[in-house]
Formats: sequence, C-alpha cells, structure tokens
Amino acid sequence: MNQPLLDVHSVSKAFGGLIAVKDVSFVVRPGTITGLIGPNGAGKTTLFAIISGFERPTEGRIEFDGRDVTTLAPHERAALGIARTFQIVQPFAGLTVRENIAVGAYLRHADRQRVYEKAAEVAGMVGLEPMLDRPASALTVAGRKRLELARALATEPRLLLLDEVLAGLNPSEIRDMIPIIRSVTRAGVTILMVEHVMQAVMSLCEHVHVLAQGSLISEGPPSAVARDPKVIEAYLGHGAASRMQRAGAAHA
Amino acid sequence: MNQVSWTAILGVAAALAAMPIVMTSNVALNFVTFAGIITIAAQGWNILAGYGGQFSFGHAAFFGTGAYAMALLQVRFGVNAWVALPIAIGLGGLVGGLVGLLSFRARLRGSYFALVTLAFAEVFRILANAWTFTGGAAGVLVPLQVGTANMQFADKRMLYWFVLLFVVGGLCLTHMVSRSRFGAQLVAVRENEDAARALGVDTLAVKLKAIVLSAAITATAGSLYAQKFLYLDATIAYGPWISVDALLAPIVGGIGTVFGPLLGAVVLLGFGEVTKTILGNLTGGAIPGIDLVLYGVLLILTVAYAPRGILGLLQGRSSARHGGNP
Amino acid sequence: MLKSEIIFAAVANGLLVGGVYALIALGLTLVYGVLHIINFAHGATLTAAMYAVLICHQAIGLDPYIAVAALAPLFFGLGYFVQRFVIGPASHGDDSNILLVTLGLSIIIENALLAGFRSDTRSIDVPYGFSVVEVGPLLLSLPKLIAFVASFAVAAVLGALLLKTDTGKAIRAVAKEKTGAALMGINVDHIYAVTFGIGAACLAIAACLLMPTYLVNPRSGNAFVLVAFTIVVLGGMGSIGGALAGGLIIGVVESLSGLFLGESLGQIGIFLIFILVLLLRPTGLSGART
Repeated sequence: MNQPLLDVHSVSKAFGGLIAVKDVSFVVRPGTITGLIGPNGAGKTTLFAIISGFERPTEGRIEFDGRDVTTLAPHERAALGIARTFQIVQPFAGLTVRENIAVGAYLRHADRQRVYEKAAEVAGMVGLEPMLDRPASALTVAGRKRLELARALATEPRLLLLDEVLAGLNPSEIRDMIPIIRSVTRAGVTILMVEHVMQAVMSLCEHVHVLAQGSLISEGPPSAVARDPKVIEAYLGHGAASRMQRAGAAHA
Repeated sequence: MNQVSWTAILGVAAALAAMPIVMTSNVALNFVTFAGIITIAAQGWNILAGYGGQFSFGHAAFFGTGAYAMALLQVRFGVNAWVALPIAIGLGGLVGGLVGLLSFRARLRGSYFALVTLAFAEVFRILANAWTFTGGAAGVLVPLQVGTANMQFADKRMLYWFVLLFVVGGLCLTHMVSRSRFGAQLVAVRENEDAARALGVDTLAVKLKAIVLSAAITATAGSLYAQKFLYLDATIAYGPWISVDALLAPIVGGIGTVFGPLLGAVVLLGFGEVTKTILGNLTGGAIPGIDLVLYGVLLILTVAYAPRGILGLLQGRSSARHGGNP
Repeated sequence: MLKSEIIFAAVANGLLVGGVYALIALGLTLVYGVLHIINFAHGATLTAAMYAVLICHQAIGLDPYIAVAALAPLFFGLGYFVQRFVIGPASHGDDSNILLVTLGLSIIIENALLAGFRSDTRSIDVPYGFSVVEVGPLLLSLPKLIAFVASFAVAAVLGALLLKTDTGKAIRAVAKEKTGAALMGINVDHIYAVTFGIGAACLAIAACLLMPTYLVNPRSGNAFVLVAFTIVVLGGMGSIGGALAGGLIIGVVESLSGLFLGESLGQIGIFLIFILVLLLRPTGLSGART
C-alpha cells in the first residue's frame, strides 16, 4: 500500500566523458512533497530530464507506480501521470492562457467544451483566472510560472515534477506561490521539486534529498539536512562545517 | 480567426457560388477557377505550416502526385475520372506520409525540413521528366471527352462550382481542425515542441497526421488542375511555381487562419494578372517571370510589415482585445 | 563495362569541378556558420553573377578572369547591402522569416533574370575555352584546372582572413557567441553583412571561373546551389574544411553518376545523397555542431 510512487534505481548519466549523475537511488512516496536540492551543477536538472523522459539514463531505471518507465517517451509518461514544469518557462507564446492550459487538458478529454471548462478550473486554482483570454506573452514572470504549473496540472498528473518553479520570483511572489503548491498536494498530487529557494524547501517539503556533483550525499527532513555537515560542505566548501562548528563554539 | 464561424463560411461560400451569375466571361471564369485550385493547394500548405509550424518549400511534390495520378489513371489504366480522383488524393496523402515519416523521424525542423521538402519535389520532377510512364519531357495529355461522367464539364461554370465545392470543403476542414483536439495539439507543437511533449502530445504522430492531411489536400488541387487543363508535364506538376504559390497565398492572406489561403490566392493572382496586363501593354508583349518577381517582392514585404498577412492587418485594426489562434 | 580511362577521366573531371563547387559551398557554409541562416537565394545570386560575367564579356569584351577584379567587390557590396538593409530588417530576427525572405529574394532575382534575358541558354566564347593540359596520362581542361587551383587559393585566402585579420576574428566571435561579441563592442549587424558580402563575393569569383566552360540560363544557379546545399550538409554546416572535402566528393559523385546514369538522371544522384545525409546525419560527416 505504501509502495513508492516513484522509484529511481541506481541511475547514472554520462555525457561523453562527463558524469552528470552517479548511481543515484531514491524513492518518492505518494501524497508527499519531496525536495531535491544541491549546489549548481549537481545534476538535478539532468535527473529531472531522466525522470520525465527527456534524457535516457546511461545506467539504472525509473519505476513509476511499480512500472518500469525508463524507455518511455515524455508524452507516454505524461499519459501515465508524470507531469513536469520547465526551469526556463516555455509558454505557448502565440496562444492565450486558456488555450495554453487547454493543451494539457486535451490529454484527458477530447471534447472542446469540457476541456475549456477544465482549463478555467485549473486557472482558478493557480490564480490566473483574470488572465484567461490574454495572450501568454503578456504574462509577467510570476504569471508564466503559474501558467507552467497550470498546464502541468491540467494533465491530471499523479506526480508533478517542479523544476525551480520559484526561480526568478521576488519574495512576495514566492509567498503567494507557496500556498498554491500546497493546495496541489491537498488535491492528491505528489510533488518532487528541485528548488534553490530554501525558505520554500523548509516550509513545503516533508523530505529532502541532497545532490552534489552527481551523487546523493544526504536525505531526510529539511531541518536535519540543513544541519548535516556534508551538506554544508557541499554548499560552502571544504572545511566549512568544522569552521562553522568552531565559530559556534567560540561564540557559545 | 476567433470570428470564424460556420455562418461566415456559409456566407463566403454563397457569395462565391453566386459569382458566375455576375461574371459571365470565359476569361473571368477561368481565372476564378484557377484561383480556386491554387486556394486548395494553399489550404493544404496552411495546415502543415500555418497551424503546424513546419514550413515546406516543396509542396509541389504532393500537387504533382495528385496531378499525375489523376491523369495517368485515366490515360494509362482507363480508370474513370470520378474513381481516379479519390485514388489520386489518397496517393498524395501517402506520399505526404512517406516524406513526413522520413523527415520527422530524422527530427528535421526549420530550414532543414524546408530543404528536404525542396529536394523531394526536385527528385520527383527529375524522375517524372525522365520516365516514359509519366510521358517524359513531353508530358501527359488527357484526351478530351466532354461529359459529366468523365468529369469534363461542358459548362465552364460547372467546373467552377465543382472546384468551389472543394474550396469550401477546405474551409470547413480547416475550421474543424482548428477547433479540435488535433488542432490544439498541432498548434502546441508549432509553438513549443518540448513543452507539448511534456503535456502528453505525441509530437511525431501529430506532425504525421498534419502532413498526410496537408498533402492530400494539395494533391486534390493537383488532380483538379489536371482535370481542368488536361495536360501536364514535370515542370507544371512538380515545378517550383506551385510550391511558391502554395506558400505565398497563405502568408499574404493570413498564415494559420481559415480564410487566409483563399484571400491570399485571390489577391496574389489578381495582382499578378493586373501586373502582367499593365506591363504587357507598356512593353508591347508578355514578359515572362515578371509576375513572379512581384510575388517575391510581396513575400518580403509581407514578412517585413504584415507577418500575419492581410487578415492579421485587418484584425489588428478592428479589435481592441487580444486573441490567439482559435 | 566502361574502360578505366573513362572512369579516371570522369573522376579527374569531377575533382576539378568539385573545386568550384567547394567555392560555391564555402559562401553558403560561412553564412550559415555565422548568421545561422540557410540562404535560399544563394543559387539565384550565382546565376546573377554568371549573367554579370556574360554582360562584361559581351558588352565590354572583358575576360572573365579579369572581370573578377570588378565583380568580386561589386557582389561583396551587393551582398552587404542586401543583408544589412533587406534581410536583417525584414526578418526581425525570426528564423522562419529569414527563410521566407531569402526565398523571396531568390524568386525576385531568378525571375528578374528571366524577364531580362529570357529563358535561352547563353554562353561566352573565350579563346582558351577548350584548351587542354596534359597532366600525366590525363588530358585536363585548362579552364577547369584554373578554376580548381583558383578555388583553393580563394579558400586559403579566406582562411587567412578569418584567422589573422581583426574582421576575421570578429566574424569568428559572432559565429561562436553573438551576444558576447556584441558586449565586446562588435557591431553584429555589420559583421553579419560582411559575412554575407563575402559569401556573395565567393559566388562572383565562382561565376568568373565557371563561365568559360559552362552555360547559363535563369535556372542555372539552382542546379549549382542544390549541389552546394548537399555539400554543405555533407561537410557539416559551418565547416570550411567540410565544404572543401564535400565539394570534391560531390564533384566526383556527380561526374560518375552522370557517366553511369546519363544526363537527365545524373542530377538525381546528388539529390538522393542530399536527402540521405539530411535524414541520417544532419550535422554532416564532420559532425560539426549546428
């Protein structure tokens, strides 16, 4: 019953001589919000690309709800229930917000009327209702991020991969986004998010995996991971953990 | 665009059907029938390029296949014209599917796709020009056998209305596509393939469907051309002229719209005729190629100043609110 | 079967012609490498250059090898102008627009030539047009030999230009990283236009080299340019070495397929290679990054 929704099993990815992901294994349980963090260049986006089907792993496999999806194309994974947003937003610029979201909804419904109703519904969930008939190109960065989210949600996913959905947002926009993300989980969608905005990771994620230089170096609840010396070193450099400890002791 | 409705299509169809009542001269009738044929070819291109974003520079490959199939089925195999027509259209679609399969599987996009379609059209032209089955350089002559049973109408107006049937059919088809799930997915592929893929769109399948449909429609134009002029050779069937007309009309009229190809074809051909006549009168004789020079200029001007064609200009001025493609 | 001498001769002939093909392809690949556009007007420009040689010869009695001194700069200027003031502004930087604008240009040029010169095929008569040179067992056409040597000379000069001069370095910078180059103070529009001009100049030179032995009609350029496209795609878009190697290979292939398949079908060999390369390895044999 508590079978993991997503099982990443010994995944490695090499680009020629460069090893981007090294034997990474972790699971994501249904109904949770899991975070994937790590310094830049750690391999998070590559991992996301592998999970969503845009890249093939050199080794290892991906299992979704017990089914091996390693060789499935992105659209097939979307049909199974894996949706993703993109780090650099990719709106359908020439279409309206409604039409954008509709593309996602068309995955599950064929009737135009039904699809447009669904699009309006989803737009409401992310707060884009007033912009429904405006062209996607007219949206601000924050608006486009919500559109990314809305489109992915319209596909009625079971697992939602959020790739730095908060990047480029100012603090008040971030504050507005967090309850939206939380409401997504309440609707029954499992979330795996790559994120740099630590406050979001802290407040949203129940469980966090830390990736550094292609390998998983730590995992656990956010508060524990934040104190893990290995994690501190990964972000702040070699010896930082012990330096911080000494500094802490000196001030005590 | 958003204003397109079945009423509008019906209205346009009725207006066009009423034309022969006003235009009685053979010259005018020939012109509008030809314009109709070009419109159909353009409607085909418009589906693949306007809605799908895949710019083909070699739609002659499909036009010519429809034309030759129509002619050869009658001439070499004695097939009745009415039976030959659906077969020719099917063959056109098949060729489209083959070109599409090869090109899209190889992930060709943009310029590369344009180039490969150009190459295919040229290969067909060379083959048709060399092969005795297609009549070689001499071409194919469809024997004159006037009679509705042979799709050779005694009354030129009948041929016009027959072509018009397909033009209106193209309008309806385009409208239906634009409001369907297939259409939404096609447009998504045009705008951003990766995003479409992430949303569950099988981009290869969508592009294939689009090119098959596009090729079949353009092949229909080829078949009708063969039936109207009763003669074709490799340059007529597979020559660059039709690849250019098929792409220029939608661009000038309004790419990715229902009425764009029709409007563009009429404007283009009308323009071409007027220019040829004026310049012909000025210089005392027809100058070959002068109308195409104009087409080239028009293409550049349209791209530079009216990228969404005439319909785009009209829309921009009349509506204050924004609208995307339906 | 065919005697080996005939095949040898065909191969030699193919190599010579291949040199000029390489020169034509050079302009195309340079433009692609720097501007990242496929110039559909390349063929029409070549035709126009060939007619220019024709006019120079018939109106002024200028020998093609001398005319090059005037035509190369002229076409450079024309190419510069067209890119700077027509293609650049009209396309607003959009890729599919550029496609259409260059297509439009090709239509204009080709049909203007048709309107001006009608569709008859023309040629020029030069005293050395049929001269041959003995190289070992082979009898090679002198103008073709000159063309071959000249093409490589031009390629060498071009290479030196790109490596040693400031403009050349600017061109390479823009090809690699346009935004960075702009931030360094390089006028990208100007560089684009210069590159385009160089491409056109190459065509002018190629035209001068071709006219002693070839015929011209308004559609000639197209025949050459499809060959050029094939070479560029084969050798890798943006790769100069690829254009040279590809040119020679294609020259030989064309010669041999003309030999075995005859005039009308000979061209198909090129197209089929073109399609095959596009489908199987669009980055070309050299695997140059596109």
